[in-house]
Amino acid sequence: MVRRAAAVSRMFPRVSPVAGIGTYVPGATLVHRAPAGLKLALLIIVVTGVVASQQLWAALTAVLVAGALYLVAGVGPRHIAPVLVPLTPFLVLIGIFHTLSADVHSAVRVCAQLTAMVLLGGLVTCTTRVSAMLALFEWLLGPLRHLGLRPERVALVLALTVRSIPLAATVWRTSREAYLARGLRGRPHRMVVPVLVRLIRSAESTGEALAARGLD
Amino acid sequence: MIELRKVSHSYGDRAVLRSVSLRLTERRIGVIGANGSGKSTLARLINGLVQPDTGQVRVAGLDPVREPREVRRRVGFVFPDADAQIIMPTVAEDVAAGLPDRTSDTAQRRVTEVLNRYGLGDHADHPAHLLSGGQKQLLALASVLVTEPDILVCDEPTTLLDLRNVTLLRRTLDELDQRVILLTHHLETLRDFDRVLVMDEGRVVFDGAPEAATSYYRELMATPW
Repeated sequence: MVRRAAAVSRMFPRVSPVAGIGTYVPGATLVHRAPAGLKLALLIIVVTGVVASQQLWAALTAVLVAGALYLVAGVGPRHIAPVLVPLTPFLVLIGIFHTLSADVHSAVRVCAQLTAMVLLGGLVTCTTRVSAMLALFEWLLGPLRHLGLRPERVALVLALTVRSIPLAATVWRTSREAYLARGLRGRPHRMVVPVLVRLIRSAESTGEALAARGLD
Repeated sequence: MIELRKVSHSYGDRAVLRSVSLRLTERRIGVIGANGSGKSTLARLINGLVQPDTGQVRVAGLDPVREPREVRRRVGFVFPDADAQIIMPTVAEDVAAGLPDRTSDTAQRRVTEVLNRYGLGDHADHPAHLLSGGQKQLLALASVLVTEPDILVCDEPTTLLDLRNVTLLRRTLDELDQRVILLTHHLETLRDFDRVLVMDEGRVVFDGAPEAATSYYRELMATPW
C-alpha cells in the first residue's frame, strides 16, 4: 500500500506553489538598492565575459563572487536551493559528457560557468522587485512605441506570466489531490483536461479582473 | 446614481436578466438571490463587464458600454475568487498595478497607506499567492480601493471565506466611505444595509429593508421547486 502510494506520488510529482521564479526576498542591502538596470547590465557583462574568456579561473571567480554577493544581500540557502537543486542533475550529466568527450578541466570549467550564470541570475531575481524589472523593460521598449508597440502591455504580459507560474502549480496540485481523493490511480494523462479547463477558467477570470481594474 | 432602464441580458438562449429597472442611490445596497438568479450579471452590467441586450445602464450619467474606462474609474469591482484577481507576484506590486506611474514615490506611499489600513502592511513584499483566503480577499479589496472609486461592487466576496474572515471583511466594508453594492449569501452581513434587492430568475422580486428582504428570500428558498 505504502509502496503504491509512493509510486503514485512519483507519477504525480508534487509541485511547490512557491516556484523559484519571481521570488523577491525583501531587504535593504546594497544589492537590493542597486538599480535593476545596473544589475541586469552587470549580469550580462559578467556572464558574457566568463563564457567568452573560456578560463577556468574566471568561471570559479564568478562562482565565488556570486556566493559573496548572496551573503552581502542576506539571501540564505533557503532561497539559493530552489535555484541550484534543479540544476544539479544537469551539471552531473554535462560534467560526465565533457569528461568523456574532452577532459576534466573542461568539464569543471563548463559546470562552473553554468553555476555562476544561474547563481548570478538568481541573485538578480531575489533582490529585484518584479515591478522594478517591468519598469526597466517598459523603458527599454520605449523606442518601439513609434512602431505601434505599447511597452506597458508587454510589461503586463510579462507580469502575468510570472504570476501564472504559482497559479498553474496550485491548479495542478489541487487537481491531483481531487484525482487521488476519488480513488483514481495511474494514467496521469487523464488530468490534462481538468487542469487545462481550470487554467482557461482562471485566465478568463483574470481577464475580467484586468478589465474591471481598468488594465485591459 | 446608478440607473437601469428595462435591462435584459441572455447567455445564449438562457435569459439571466428580464427587463430590470432600478435606481440605486443608497449608500449600502445588498443583493441576494439563488445561484443563477442574475445577481452577478446585474453587478457586471454596472461595471461594463457585461453589456445589456436591451435597455440602458447609467452610472453617474455615464454609459458603461460607451465609456467603460470612465465608469471603471468610478466603480471598483471585487470578485468571488480573489486568486483570479491577483495579477502581480507580490502584495505591494499587486496593489500598485492599478495606479498610474506605479513606481513613483507618491504611488508607493499610497500603496503603503492602503496596505496598512487593511492590515497587510507586514506582507507588502510577500508573494501574493501565499496569503490566506481572507488576506487574499483583503488584498483584492485594497487593490481596488487604492484607485479611490466612488462605488464598490462586491460579487460574493465572502463565498470562500471562513466565519472569522467574513466578519473581518464585513467590518472593513462597514468602515468604507464608498457606496457599496454587495452581492452575498451571508444574509446577516446585510443587517445594517439601507436597501436589499432579492433576485429570482432574472427579476427583482423584492426591494426593501434588510429584515423584510431576508425574510422574503428565506421563504422563497423554502418553496419547493
